Amino acid sequence: MLKIKNLEAGYGKLRVLKRISMHIDTGEIVTIIGANGAGKTTLLYTIAGMIKATAGEISLYNQNIIRTNPESIVAAGCSLVPEGRQMFSTLSVKENLVLGGYVQRKQKVDQKEELQKIYDIFPVLKEREDQLAGTLSGGEQQMLAMGRALMAHPKLIMMDEPSTGLAPLIVKDIFAIINRLRDAGNTVLLVEQNAKAALAIADRGYVLETGKIILQGPAEDLLNNQDVQRAYLGRDVSTEGAQCELD
Amino acid sequence: MYWEKDKECMAREDLEQLQLERLQSTLYRVATHVPFYRKKFKELNIDPDGFGFLSELKTLPFTTKQDLRNNYPYGLFAVPLRDVVRVHASSGTTGQATVVGYTQNDIKTWSNLVARVLTATGVGKDDVVQIAFGYGLFTGGFGLHYGSECIGASVIPISSGNTKRQIQIMQDFKTTTLICTPSYALLMADMMIENDININALSLRYGLFGGEPWSEQMREEIKKKLNIIATDNYGLSEVMGPGVAGECQECNGLHINEDHFLFEVISPESLEPVGPGEVGELVITTLTKEAFPVIRYRTRDLAHIIDEPCPCGRTFKRMSRVIGRTDDMLIIRGVNVYPTQIESVLFDIKGTEPHYQIVVEREGHLDKATVMVEVVESIFFDQMKKQRQLVDHIKKRLATELGISVDVKLVEEKSLERFEGKATRVIDKRKL
Repeated sequence: MLKIKNLEAGYGKLRVLKRISMHIDTGEIVTIIGANGAGKTTLLYTIAGMIKATAGEISLYNQNIIRTNPESIVAAGCSLVPEGRQMFSTLSVKENLVLGGYVQRKQKVDQKEELQKIYDIFPVLKEREDQLAGTLSGGEQQMLAMGRALMAHPKLIMMDEPSTGLAPLIVKDIFAIINRLRDAGNTVLLVEQNAKAALAIADRGYVLETGKIILQGPAEDLLNNQDVQRAYLGRDVSTEGAQCELD
Repeated sequence: MYWEKDKECMAREDLEQLQLERLQSTLYRVATHVPFYRKKFKELNIDPDGFGFLSELKTLPFTTKQDLRNNYPYGLFAVPLRDVVRVHASSGTTGQATVVGYTQNDIKTWSNLVARVLTATGVGKDDVVQIAFGYGLFTGGFGLHYGSECIGASVIPISSGNTKRQIQIMQDFKTTTLICTPSYALLMADMMIENDININALSLRYGLFGGEPWSEQMREEIKKKLNIIATDNYGLSEVMGPGVAGECQECNGLHINEDHFLFEVISPESLEPVGPGEVGELVITTLTKEAFPVIRYRTRDLAHIIDEPCPCGRTFKRMSRVIGRTDDMLIIRGVNVYPTQIESVLFDIKGTEPHYQIVVEREGHLDKATVMVEVVESIFFDQMKKQRQLVDHIKKRLATELGISVDVKLVEEKSLERFEGKATRVIDKRKL
């Protein structure tokens, strides 16, 4: 559904993304893993239209969206769940969700029904419906951010570091929800520093390093790749043998 | 039957996207990890980060067998040796051996691609596969072994040689699928016929043959003698081993596993791409190999690409059978001659056997080629006249096919040397 060819983007003179080519098929979870500053967020922002690409093609359902403004990209079915949740903390949970459905305002949708769908996925948001978003816990805020993105009926949900700042147990919940979203027919592009967790639920992955895709393939293969293990999974293969001997 | 239908039948546009992605990351990896490529790219002023279109492939440098030899043994590996789980080497029949390596993921990919080739022939988990390719440094045995296990077939890793035992096991173990070189399959067939073994009583249904060039007539001969579906498959250790391409049941060209290999066909003289459908040297770029990626490897195999839809539904382009090698291509009095051309003529002539040898010598300044042909016994007992007629007939047919006249010598059945692996058809006595 999404095809990117030779995408380049950056800030001022700084060239951050260098000839990125990648694709996402319908119903997949695709993850982009990479270290800090590799260009992961820049890539998501460029797809979302918030950073203008300097070269290349992005096509969503065979429609070139490289010069499209962010709101039209959301309307075309591509929503972003930003890093750090970025909710309107002085508005209630419900108001945050309603704002997420803003692009749907011209369609005759039953807002109650729409909200109920989100509450079915995240029951805790129903309980907190009238609470101010700023008073939610980290995990709840992440759920709200995901719920808000879902209100726009996206075909593709892009998530930027959903595990940031969350306790390990909550991270597990969040990833379980991402898995459920895919099972319900959604397509997910997941950007993560937590490479192990991301690769565990993803179908395919891309490894981004200094703005270049240096490896790509089935998630399982990336988990087995020694370079990925050394660089992103925290396993030092070279010392493991030595440790065994010491044991 | 498909092994990975979503890949084997993927839309051209999706395939090209995937190829570009994989090629870009392959280029990054070879430029970062393989000094040979880093140096070559620098010399040619190629920015591996700047590669954006599959059509730019032809700007990249070739890799030759000599490059592999110069970097013997591990020079072209793109991963440290501790990530390598397997090393294979070419036989070295044409010079110093060349070494290739595989990571765990490479072995997995390899198994999967061979599984595709086996499935395309019709082999499934109920089959009993007799692998009469050599195991060891040669990739043939292991590659087909992994693929067969991958689809769940029962594998008999008998390896090559000991024809009598091969035939015994084929009967006793109820082999359904025979995997070897085509010439060895014929040798087995002949031995069975000679020993009055009822071939129809065998369980044999499929044969996957490769490792040497063979002709359509040879396929017919195998089909007739062994009563099986016989398909061709293609691979070379420098690129991966078997599993690079294989025929489906249409038996009309070998589907290239294009999501893992990029094929080009070039003229071996000008090194420029040949026109669509023209015969030339196959040049292969690997897209997913981790341990031993190669960029534009010159295979020295001659074939052409068939870019037409196949009734089997696979969207991968097909390559024709390999019609020869740039290095076994004989130039006799200025004319290019492929041994397989001679083979196909002989197959058509009654009274001759599929065993032959071509001896090329130089008399004065002129090349002289003699084709030694085995003929059935009855002809030797017959009158000279009949022998002479046969020689003349073969000569005439060869002259029409090859465009040059060659001598023909009839020899007794089984007087030519037999080969259990690759047959040596050409004896070139000329000093160049």
